[in-house]
Amino acid sequence: MSVSEKIVSDLVANNVNFVTTVPCKQLAGVIDAVEAHDDIYHIPANKEDEGMGLCAGAFMGGKRPAIIMQNTAIGVTINTLVTLTQYYRMPLPMLISYRGELGEPVACQVEMAVHTKALLAQLNIPTYHFHKEEDAMEFDAILKHTFMCNKPVAVLTDASFWQGY
Amino acid sequence: MIRSEILRDIAPVISNHLVVCNIGLPSQELHLIDDQPSNFYMLGTMGLSSSIGLGLALAQQKKVVAIDGDGSVLTNFGTLPTIANNVADNFILLIIDNGSYGSTGDQPTYAGQKTSLTAVAKACGCENVIECRAEETAGVLETALAGDKMTIIVAKCESGNIKVPVITMDPVVIRNRFMEAVESQA
Repeated sequence: MSVSEKIVSDLVANNVNFVTTVPCKQLAGVIDAVEAHDDIYHIPANKEDEGMGLCAGAFMGGKRPAIIMQNTAIGVTINTLVTLTQYYRMPLPMLISYRGELGEPVACQVEMAVHTKALLAQLNIPTYHFHKEEDAMEFDAILKHTFMCNKPVAVLTDASFWQGY
Repeated sequence: MIRSEILRDIAPVISNHLVVCNIGLPSQELHLIDDQPSNFYMLGTMGLSSSIGLGLALAQQKKVVAIDGDGSVLTNFGTLPTIANNVADNFILLIIDNGSYGSTGDQPTYAGQKTSLTAVAKACGCENVIECRAEETAGVLETALAGDKMTIIVAKCESGNIKVPVITMDPVVIRNRFMEAVESQA
């Protein structure tokens, strides 16, 4: 089982059935796996805050949502995370590509990488960092934790985790 | 007619349906006119009424009316292609288009100038877009609710506000009673 398939199989095992995505090169495999799975309604969003709105509605409609996006999206979504997801106490697993870490070829990505963990910490968002493939073993527990505590939870996945891209 | 008069007109039409209501004055006005557990009031997050409404409609079977404004749709323009390409026939998006940012002091929007949200929605691929005058809104909405077809309604009205108190209800209370309404309604 590829790491993308393992992630999607954990989503399905935790009844996560509504997934919105904004693409990143690192996430292409997992987005394909989400799209391919019959038990997940995959709804691509044009912007990450829009995706979080879709997830909020889906949650209130009885679905278990998740969002897949790049770390640059933290800059886009702070208002939505604070005034929608957190204010109304809604669970939201966020699988995030952590661009700008070791192996990154695009210098500009480092500019957002240096702010990513600080912003998540400032927002009091529980944050996990997948650096090695075996770190994905925690994903199942992270999903359970997210729906237990009704919070947005970040899973940062860096280039080493995806073994280059 | 101004927005609050449209809301007064449509209140009896939407009172038994799930409603997601836009941030600011629209939510405050609806709350004043006809507070219902089946109303989800947005207390923040400008622009996402249509997205929350679509997510809700896709997640369950009951009809959903998302009340939005021209300024908010302009803020979240990406919502229209997403709606067009993820058809939920239990979803009605009502855009109350008064050509202004009402909650912030009636500054003009581009929708009140050269930009037609009706034309934009159609160009984005939305198949059932109806533009109507303010006075026609309740009737158009009633017909849309009686059908089983995703509908975008652009209700053109005048700019202007009434004095309304802010909503002091806790967001978790709003969310909880709304989710109970989602589960319990016939």
